[in-house]
Amino acid sequence: MQISVTVNGVVQERDVDPRTLLVHFLREELDLTGTKIGCDTSQCGACTVHLDGKALKSCTLLAAQADGANVATIEGLAVDGEHHPMQTAFWENHGLQCGYCTPGMIMATTAFVKDNPGASEEAIRHNLEGNICRCTGYHNIVKAVKQVADAAAGGD
Amino acid sequence: MSTRIFGSGIKRREDPRLITGEARYTDDIKLPGVLHMAVVRSPYAHANIVSIDSSAAAAMDGVVAAYTSEDIGDGLAGLPTAWLIPDSDLKTPEHPALAKGKVRYVGDGVAIVLAEDRYTAQDAADAVEVEYEELPVVVDPEAAAQDGAPQLFDDVENNIAFTWVMGDKTASDGVFNTADVVVRDKIVQQRLLPTAMEPRSAMAQYNPATQELTLWCTSQNPHIHRFIISAVTGLNENKVRVIAPEVGGGFGSKIPCYPDEALVSWAAIKLGQPVKWTETRSENYQITIHGRDHIQYVEMAANRDGKLLGVRATVYAGMGGYLSTAAPGIPTILHGLLYVGPYTMDSVYCESIGVMTNATPTDAYRGAGRPEATFLLERMVDMVAKRIDMDPAELRRKNLIPAFEDGYEVATTLIYDSGDYPAAFEKAIGIAGYDDFRREQAEARAEGRYLGIGITAYTEMCGLGPSQVAGAVGFQGGLWESATVRVTPTGKVQALIGASPHGQGSETTLAQIIGDELGFPVDDIEVIHGDTTETPMGWGTYGSRTTPVTGAALAEASRKLKEKARVLAAHLMEAAVEDIEYDDGKFLVKGSPDNFQSIQDVALMAHLAWNMPEGMDPGFEESQFYDPPNFVYPFGTHIAIVEVDANTGDIELKRYIAVDDCGPQINPEIVAGQIHGGVVQGIAQALCEGVIYDDSGQLLTGTMMDYTMPRADMFPNFELGETVTPSPHHPIGVKGVGETGTIASTPTVYNAVLDALSPFGVEGIDMPMTPAKVWQAIQSA
Repeated sequence: MQISVTVNGVVQERDVDPRTLLVHFLREELDLTGTKIGCDTSQCGACTVHLDGKALKSCTLLAAQADGANVATIEGLAVDGEHHPMQTAFWENHGLQCGYCTPGMIMATTAFVKDNPGASEEAIRHNLEGNICRCTGYHNIVKAVKQVADAAAGGD
Repeated sequence: MSTRIFGSGIKRREDPRLITGEARYTDDIKLPGVLHMAVVRSPYAHANIVSIDSSAAAAMDGVVAAYTSEDIGDGLAGLPTAWLIPDSDLKTPEHPALAKGKVRYVGDGVAIVLAEDRYTAQDAADAVEVEYEELPVVVDPEAAAQDGAPQLFDDVENNIAFTWVMGDKTASDGVFNTADVVVRDKIVQQRLLPTAMEPRSAMAQYNPATQELTLWCTSQNPHIHRFIISAVTGLNENKVRVIAPEVGGGFGSKIPCYPDEALVSWAAIKLGQPVKWTETRSENYQITIHGRDHIQYVEMAANRDGKLLGVRATVYAGMGGYLSTAAPGIPTILHGLLYVGPYTMDSVYCESIGVMTNATPTDAYRGAGRPEATFLLERMVDMVAKRIDMDPAELRRKNLIPAFEDGYEVATTLIYDSGDYPAAFEKAIGIAGYDDFRREQAEARAEGRYLGIGITAYTEMCGLGPSQVAGAVGFQGGLWESATVRVTPTGKVQALIGASPHGQGSETTLAQIIGDELGFPVDDIEVIHGDTTETPMGWGTYGSRTTPVTGAALAEASRKLKEKARVLAAHLMEAAVEDIEYDDGKFLVKGSPDNFQSIQDVALMAHLAWNMPEGMDPGFEESQFYDPPNFVYPFGTHIAIVEVDANTGDIELKRYIAVDDCGPQINPEIVAGQIHGGVVQGIAQALCEGVIYDDSGQLLTGTMMDYTMPRADMFPNFELGETVTPSPHHPIGVKGVGETGTIASTPTVYNAVLDALSPFGVEGIDMPMTPAKVWQAIQSA
């Protein structure tokens, strides 16, 4: 079937097998391999992207469901080569090790902080329940997100 | 005076590609014409294969081929077991890449299909019809070792693959027969799923003209993968190139060479097209190695005054359906040798029985044998404390080995390199405010709140290790590392290493070592790894060995370069070599600070070779093979404070304190990160993770919906402290830190929960200590 999806600002028109998952469409069809697959059951969050501004797990959506939508992936987050503050915060706080969960973590937490500037550490930890990291023990991820959440609150 | 780059928590050099999604992991790499492989896997844990019909699958649109073990024939040799522990009557049953006539665990491969895309490959795998004749199943390693248990292999009697004994039984019996106090427990070290976030993946490409095979795969040790792929395919080792691109965590699970890597290689050769396979998470949980799986009968002997005398244990270690690459070494060499821990205890005895079971093969999982040893020790110490009515901190304090700087031999025959266990212990006790806590705990109990504290003092051996020792304990490889420091004419550095980091931050840490030795800015140093053709030989990244072993090789190679630079600088400045001083990348003539050659100047002149001292070769590059003279022994003390809700069994981890000593810290941020991650992995064993098989060998925890991975909201912020005791035998004094967190944290939290529950008289709870189990234990105590 024919779909048209705007991905990182570029309109992508493709003929896809109706059963194609959005994550496979991004990775295989558009070669946007920054979005990862870490489970089959929507637990790990490695595949998190923004769909019309909301953080969603792209392994639970068909590409067809994104027809007509705006999708943002990790590759589209930096603007003119400038890292998004969340990318910077992950780097500055050693919020990643193997990096595999990182794109999903960053996409999930940018959306969270946008809606929850000044979020408490407790709220941040709670909100991370849909994203699994095996390397960091979450400690520095929480620190990174807190840094951005605090800055977001300060800017209001 | 310049600030040293060694010891600085600089940002990691690998992160820009990771935070932008630009890094390429194996499944991200695409080759034109690539075929996707799917593996037909057994739904039964133990069964004879009656027939396989792949005709329907092969006829599907987009399917290129389907193969069984019969089609492969002798095209692939069986997967080898590479740790042949001596004096243990070890059996190494055949492990074919696809099952031959019989399957031995759920997930055992029986056929492969190759298709043009991954959806079609999976459809085709589902269309392969296999008829099975079910056989009786055994998954419990102790039950499997009994007479009459279902037999996995005709030539492995009672499923016992090995029996490894450490220590003198008569002497041990003597200690236990005369001790004032003997405590004992049955400890179940449940199976765990390593769960690297990146599932395993492999892609092979064969060039018939050059007869070269390139294999991209998720490997912690590409040189070992090359060795094994060469052995199973029959290709010469110099015709096999293994590339571990970006690798998303391993925790031991990407050490072994699995059937899947062999199968993509074989299929790529057979079909003349590149072949890729990537496991799903469900497949990962079924076929990628599991960790732990011990049933331990443990005893500790002590005097009434609290002097610990000895420990002994019988361990049934589940090996699963086949012996994985390093499996026999894990519950033996890497386990029993840790039985003394940090204590002055003179008697150790261990009998470890490796048992084949109808379950996924086990192998090294973060800590690998050492967490299982540390847990039993710390559990026993707490039981002794309770029995003799001594505070558990006091009992540990009384038995810790006093500080030593250069070698301390213990009853397991290990010679610990250096340690100051009391210093780390007292520091942790101080951070925790131990005495205050005991008062708070008593007050809370009076209010019906149940607080508990758990302590683990540990030491562990890592930085594996002297190759002579590796040989003596049957490891089928060396354990040295090699590295090349190559400086370009413009003064930029490429450091080529044989090890293969996959999240540890070694590109940064190792660059800091070189920067510290030679004065190059860290941003001018690239650490290159993970490609057997580009890098020198190395045995891989595991056993907390890359910083201590590769780091030593790089430090030594850098020092050779520095010597060359000093001589060349002296020559260029027409000064005597003895008059040359080095300061932060500059070679200066003593007494005239304006007269100097920078390391970059020297590198250029060494490349140009226009004006070399007599006998000096051109170029600016040095290599070093480094075989460590001993293991390194990091140590520390961890303390956990928990509160248990007696009404629900819920456990709240209120504080976690970790004081670790890994020698001088090259990058404290990276060290802390290793500890955070390790601690969470270990706590998760205590509180939430555990594999469950049913009696028919079905994996009930087969997805992340069923297997409880630790989440961010389970943890407080960790409180870290450190002490610094250099390793005396290491060029820069450093020890490994990759596994300490996992080794120390499981018993720490376990003991804290039991301490909280002591008013109820709860003696033990099998891990993971879920709320339901805790509640049940309170009810039935």
